[in-house]
Amino acid sequence: MRLPLITYQGLGFPLVERLLDLRTCKIRRKQLYSTTFTLIRHRWMRNIPSICAFTSKQFSTQSEKDKIDMSKFPVENIRNFSIIAHVDHGKSTLADRLLELTGAIAKTDRNKQVLDKLQVERERGITVKAQTASLFYTHQGQTYLLNLIDTPGHVDFSYEVSRSISACQGVLLIVDANQGIQAQTVANFYLAFEAHLSIIPIVNKIDLKNADPEGVETQIEKVFEIPKEDCIRISAKLGTNVERVLEEIVNRIPPPKAKTDDPFKALVFDSTFDHYRGVVASIAVFGGQVRKGDRIMSAHLGKVYEVNELGILRPDEHPTDRLLAGQVGYMIAGMKEVKEAQIGDTLFLQKHPVEPLPGFKPAKAMVFAGMYPTDQSEYNSLRSAVERLTLNDSSVTVQRDSSHALGAGWRLGFLGLLHMEVFNQRLEQEYNASVIVTTPTVPYKAILSSAKLIKEYGEKEITIINPAQFPDRSVVSEYLEPMVLGTIITPDEYIGKIMTLCQNHRAIQKNMLYIDDKRVMMKYLFPLNEVIVDFYDHLKSLSSGYGSFDYEEAGYQPADLIKMDILLNGKPVEELITVVHKDKAYSAGKALCERLKDCIPRQLFEIAVQAAIGSKIIARETIKAYRKNVLAKCYGGDITRKMKLLKKQAEGKKKMRMIGNVEVPRDAFINVLKRKDK
Amino acid sequence: MGDVMLAIRKCGAGLRRCLPWSRYILRYMSAGMTGRKIPAAPLPSEEASLYVHWPYCLKRCSYCNFNKYISRDVNHAEMRACLQLETEALLRVSQVSRITSVFFGGGTPSLAPPSTIAAILETVARRADLPVDAEVTLEINPTPMGLASLEEFRLAGVNRFSIGVQSLHDEALRVLGRDHNSQDALHTIAEAQRLCPGRVSVDVIFGRPGQTVESWEAELNELLSACDDHVSLYQLTLERGTRLFKQVEAGQLTMPGDDVTAHMYESARRILGKRGFLQYEVSNFARNGAVSSHNISYWRAGQYLGVGPGAHGRFIPHQEGAILREARTQTLEPDVWMKEVRCRGHGTRRRIQLGHLALLEEVLAMGLRLVEGVSHRLWKEFSPDADLQQVFGRSTEVQDLQKRGLLVLDDRGLRCSWGGLALLDSVLPPLLLQLQAYHDHQGASG
Repeated sequence: MRLPLITYQGLGFPLVERLLDLRTCKIRRKQLYSTTFTLIRHRWMRNIPSICAFTSKQFSTQSEKDKIDMSKFPVENIRNFSIIAHVDHGKSTLADRLLELTGAIAKTDRNKQVLDKLQVERERGITVKAQTASLFYTHQGQTYLLNLIDTPGHVDFSYEVSRSISACQGVLLIVDANQGIQAQTVANFYLAFEAHLSIIPIVNKIDLKNADPEGVETQIEKVFEIPKEDCIRISAKLGTNVERVLEEIVNRIPPPKAKTDDPFKALVFDSTFDHYRGVVASIAVFGGQVRKGDRIMSAHLGKVYEVNELGILRPDEHPTDRLLAGQVGYMIAGMKEVKEAQIGDTLFLQKHPVEPLPGFKPAKAMVFAGMYPTDQSEYNSLRSAVERLTLNDSSVTVQRDSSHALGAGWRLGFLGLLHMEVFNQRLEQEYNASVIVTTPTVPYKAILSSAKLIKEYGEKEITIINPAQFPDRSVVSEYLEPMVLGTIITPDEYIGKIMTLCQNHRAIQKNMLYIDDKRVMMKYLFPLNEVIVDFYDHLKSLSSGYGSFDYEEAGYQPADLIKMDILLNGKPVEELITVVHKDKAYSAGKALCERLKDCIPRQLFEIAVQAAIGSKIIARETIKAYRKNVLAKCYGGDITRKMKLLKKQAEGKKKMRMIGNVEVPRDAFINVLKRKDK
Repeated sequence: MGDVMLAIRKCGAGLRRCLPWSRYILRYMSAGMTGRKIPAAPLPSEEASLYVHWPYCLKRCSYCNFNKYISRDVNHAEMRACLQLETEALLRVSQVSRITSVFFGGGTPSLAPPSTIAAILETVARRADLPVDAEVTLEINPTPMGLASLEEFRLAGVNRFSIGVQSLHDEALRVLGRDHNSQDALHTIAEAQRLCPGRVSVDVIFGRPGQTVESWEAELNELLSACDDHVSLYQLTLERGTRLFKQVEAGQLTMPGDDVTAHMYESARRILGKRGFLQYEVSNFARNGAVSSHNISYWRAGQYLGVGPGAHGRFIPHQEGAILREARTQTLEPDVWMKEVRCRGHGTRRRIQLGHLALLEEVLAMGLRLVEGVSHRLWKEFSPDADLQQVFGRSTEVQDLQKRGLLVLDDRGLRCSWGGLALLDSVLPPLLLQLQAYHDHQGASG
């Protein structure tokens, strides 16, 4: 099953180059604006002068009884915005306050991360799934419709961010007054910056004892080139100055550029699946209006639907009769499958076809991992759990896979590590599934040199997801590995250690900048493979938890990759084939052999565990033969227990994978292949 | 016979506690002497051995996870009565007509009053045929107290002592949490040997924390100079939940590695052989043919009754018209067990019927512990339709084990080689799988 995959694409090189030298941002911005930049973005998202003539009648809260008359919100009175921040900088708390202040939710002590509905979101303090909330805000006699589109904070979820951003004209960029700018702040800033959104910097947590808003504002000025004076100091927790945020949203963020007179045209920027009502699509109306009962068509599939329900999210669904230009809401139109509401698709009236909006390109999975049920008998229930979860997370690619050792399962592709972790956590928490997840790998590429192979594959450049299918050096002119541009922000005392860590991970330093008198931002170009396993854990422990890290894709680069086999008494083990960089082969081979040695039980003969590159052995461990293996005491009272043990061993033996004459328990594969627990 | 006469004389001399048992001996002997016919050898299912479990200990050994209770106020009268009642109950339900051997284990059965031992033996003799030369073993803790009661146990009818010496090093005894020292042990061996010459066994533990191959060899040699004709040697196994386990976990003690213990086992087997002790089972060695017939009957998959808290038994409950053997377990906790024996008339907590395959699996797993292995005759007793060759002969895995020199299948039967015996637990799983495969195949084809 291949699900529709959505994300921003083409952020690749232009962005990367740009980040290499921050000081050129402003100059480059102009170039990108007009020509080569390929971020999928819509014309109407561009900044427009925020001087608008407000002509609408005043909105009266009394009239908001059953259905809200959406025509009371002309485009000029609409603001669509997101909040972006590093984890724990207070995004969800600010959202709670904004919801309270505008009366969307009652003000109580219990409002904590109202928009974060998933258990994993609350536990990790992150947002995984974009949520939308429409707020009514009266300012200087005018009532405004403020659409808060809550976005995930991590770049792994930047496909969500960019989707949300495509429906916005501005963002609130939150920075913790204690911690200052962190790696994710930078990544998020650029996403918004690329999309030419109005950015309102907010310095949060000013109530804390060690808050240094002055210093953080200096950082913001230095890193983002936003004047200090533009920053708003708040305490989202205490509600301090939050009212001002609302004012600034109205003043600084332009209304969307859309006309009610145009034919109806809407962008699907998100969709969820509801078992009772089918697909619920989040839409941003780019022009015209849509009413309940309208017959609409999707540009992608050309299918016609009748609009059954329309409304705004406050944050709960609130049905309305129609949605008009510039507004953001939800729509239920009898779509049975998520792929019918393809994200990035354009909806229009059947009678009035329009030119479709440029869509999103599918998200590209960059981290792959095998996933298998702990117990094969749970395959079917796990399959339905994976299917249900991917319904609402279309960025996960699913490929059926099977392994002699682990049985039937899948090879799943994720946008990044956090994405993978969140997916697994949701599987476990929301579907109670018990899974084995293998060490993640990245998609390599090979430029084929053999004409025969090129013909076979139909192209010269192939992508390799499964290491077992890694083509031999002799038929390849070049291997390529995916790269990422990593941002590390750390107190300067850890620079030395972190530089060594980066070098050990084959990283190349691109840039280093003091963002204040003791904090440094470093940019490194990493092979993605080097950061997906334990890099972040090492960074955290090296920097006593102060270092932050984030990365973004940076295309592919040629690399000296080799295929490493693991042999047991000379016989290769298919499941353990690994693609490694030449420089890492020895240490990776040694580590694998050692891990395997520890989890293959002694047998009646000696076992050689070897790592090999071609015919060359690069590492070896030996599992000595058993010299004694017999229960000392076995009398009348011991028989039951002993028989149970023996039967279990015999049963286990049936499940052993035979590699030549060596019996390898499933657990050994699990221990070697599984991601190490943190 | 002289021993028995001695016992009678001693009883007559005033040890009234032994009277019931001695009366039985008198009766039995007089019957024999008056030429009354001794019943013909019963069918295998009509005979069984008897295991009696004494659940109490004075002190917890650091390595022991066995079913035992440290109790200061044991109700001896009630325990005796219940052991007797349960013995009767099991003899009745099994309809066993002859008890071939009795073993008093524990716990610390040498803490039981000799009169209790006598009473149980008397009950057995009253309800079934207990041949006069039947092996009656009692486990002894070699404390001065244990030493002091040896003679009384002898008079109660015990004719074999198994002494838990464990080590001749006092420091090791302390680590193991034993409540005796090496001098106590040597005295106890000597006294037991005086009472039951040629029928004394010693238990010894190797692979102890801090032990080396050299110190083990020296200790074993010393022990062999002092002991009688039977030695059981056990590698110390760390059991979860014991004090020793925790100490090793905490790094306070270090267990010798696998290679060291394998070496210890090998050298012990060699030393014992040199000193005339023939190995007859994985952990058991005997000189002058002094094997334990009670234990051999376990390894030859004989029937046995288990009496006492937590005791296991395996027999056919003929009284209920059953034809399949059952694995039975008695209620674990002594007070509860006694209550149940009183109220329900029996102390059996769990009964599991052993099917044909399960029984054959036990025959195999237990039989291969013996040096003699599973003879064709023994196998035929349990598997009249398929001989060893039919079941195992064609398996490539079995052939592989034979090629590796670990297993022998010949005209005597199926057995481990010298090397194979030390690796039995690696040899058994493929054999069990083969047995199961053969059984399934037979089932499928008819």
